[in-house]
Amino acid sequence: MDFELPEDIKALQKTVRDFCEKRVKDKAREWDHSEKFPLEVVRELGQLGLLGMRVSEEYGGAGLGSLAVAAVVEELARYDGSLALTVASHNGLGTSHIRVFGNDAQKKQYLPKLATGEWLGAWGLTEPGSGSDSAGMKTTAVRKGSDWVLNGSKMFITQGTVGDVFVILALTSPQKRQKGITAFILDRQVKGFSQRAIHGKLGMRSSDTAELHLDNVVVPDSQRLGELDRGFLDTMKILDGGRVTIGALALGLGKGALEESVKYAKERSAFGQPIAEFQAIRWMLADMQTELDAARLLVYRSAALADAGKPYSREASMAKLFASEAANRACNKAVQIHGGYGYTREFPVERYLRDAKLCEIGEGTSEIQRSIIAREVLKG
Amino acid sequence: MPLKILVTAKRVEDSESKIKVDAAGTGIVKEGLKYKINPFDEIGVEEALRLVAKHGGEVVVVSVGTKDVHEQLRHALAMGANKAVWVHHDGPIDQLGIAGCLQKVVEKEKPDLCILGKQAIDDDQGQVGQYLAEWLGWAQATFASKEESLESEAEKAKTPAIQLAADGKSITVIREVDGGLLTVSSPLPAVATTELRLNQPRYASLPGIMKAKSKPIEELTPAGLGVDVGVKLTVTKLAPPPARKAGIKVPDVATLVDKLKNEAKAL
Repeated sequence: MDFELPEDIKALQKTVRDFCEKRVKDKAREWDHSEKFPLEVVRELGQLGLLGMRVSEEYGGAGLGSLAVAAVVEELARYDGSLALTVASHNGLGTSHIRVFGNDAQKKQYLPKLATGEWLGAWGLTEPGSGSDSAGMKTTAVRKGSDWVLNGSKMFITQGTVGDVFVILALTSPQKRQKGITAFILDRQVKGFSQRAIHGKLGMRSSDTAELHLDNVVVPDSQRLGELDRGFLDTMKILDGGRVTIGALALGLGKGALEESVKYAKERSAFGQPIAEFQAIRWMLADMQTELDAARLLVYRSAALADAGKPYSREASMAKLFASEAANRACNKAVQIHGGYGYTREFPVERYLRDAKLCEIGEGTSEIQRSIIAREVLKG
Repeated sequence: MPLKILVTAKRVEDSESKIKVDAAGTGIVKEGLKYKINPFDEIGVEEALRLVAKHGGEVVVVSVGTKDVHEQLRHALAMGANKAVWVHHDGPIDQLGIAGCLQKVVEKEKPDLCILGKQAIDDDQGQVGQYLAEWLGWAQATFASKEESLESEAEKAKTPAIQLAADGKSITVIREVDGGLLTVSSPLPAVATTELRLNQPRYASLPGIMKAKSKPIEELTPAGLGVDVGVKLTVTKLAPPPARKAGIKVPDVATLVDKLKNEAKAL
């Protein structure tokens, strides 16, 4: 057993850290407050190669695995959860669906520009009335000659207004429910396709979220992504990967919260000594560190399994479930340790807490993760 | 005209680490420290990369030390250097020993130009570049800086600050001197050492990091190079700076002015 990250991944994390120290650290609070999507910084991340991590070199990416993406997202989240979410969803959802299930023509057309970040990718599964319950999907795609006509709405779509390329899941055989879902690639400009930004989120406020409307959107069959009616199975595979990354994101937020707490506990005095001397505070710090370390092992293990080509669905769900809940506990404790200051925007811990909450919801709620894990456990 | 440039990558303690003097009082506690490439050397790597981007050529990065220096060599390779030379030495070494190793590597690699940090941020000796130039019999342009600011258009366009003459036979370097700038010209081959304001080093990009994995690191030893690395300069005492005294609170502006005037003598 080797618990060390490989040298190149450590080097990658260092690049992310150096970049964030200079370009992100002092800005994250303002971006969060004003709900500003930092497009310029996202483009710079693209120049560093962080938006094409999993895309093969043939298409202009780095051809890295799940562990590298997890390490990068974790490091980004230490500084800004929203930016980490942008990178996670661009790499893991939209781009990955085309990377894994696209045909050569689609890969050639979309991956090079997605890999550099010239185009941003979005992925639309969730709808106003359905999320993990894909069988409740209402968006339809109806065959008309050599074209498809899409109608419906998508909800809470990350990169929904800033995205250039959208992967949209729609019912092609409604009577077959989730076994009748197919994926399509949409360019933002396609006629009948509109986006409406969603404002006022609790956290992840500088990540771009939108509602999408498809009103008789016509696309040729060449925009169909993957096999007909296989979209749901493909989606499940994409989500497994996405869950590892959300686990890593949670980990980074928890780590950021812990680091801030340690610093504050040493600086802040009460009753004549630094609060780090009080057992109440020490126990909180000890629990935070322990739970985050446990979460890290789960996240890295699921990433390593994915990279080894082994089944990792259960492990990914466990990693996401535990890491996101551990991060929420850690961020909550961080606010408590900071006392009144922790409740204000003067310190980043309240932002970490708000951002961390998303990790228990996005890409499958904690309840959905438990269902998946239980199903796998009961399989025997 | 293509240039071959040799740069250095010393492994130094990360300035963000907390440095403590060890029990013997002659060194620092190494446990738990983080390391990085000497920032002055990193500026040297950046300048070399800009020069070869403009004029063609290659960049060779050298480091002397234990296998740990591979981390710094890989960093320079990830930034874009073409190959690395590792002079493997596990024991103590001083500036004379380092310069001796570099001299032999230079004689082997035959670069047109060496760019070194003007000093390393660990012990601030600032000797190696000068020894190297002296022993090679080359001209030296120390403390290379630049005229425009780091945020200028030229900086953003990543143009090199060190100018190569049209015939490729000499360089022009702007040096920082007290209260101004001094422009010097030197025939090649030459040694330049870098000042902080010379450039802003690039980040190692993801493709750069991936490519660095397959770039060669040649291993040499001081003995193989015929260099005596016997230490002549030893640290006899290392002391931390005196701890700052706690500040005081003054009740009003009048007291503050009084204290500034009569105690601090600042007014």
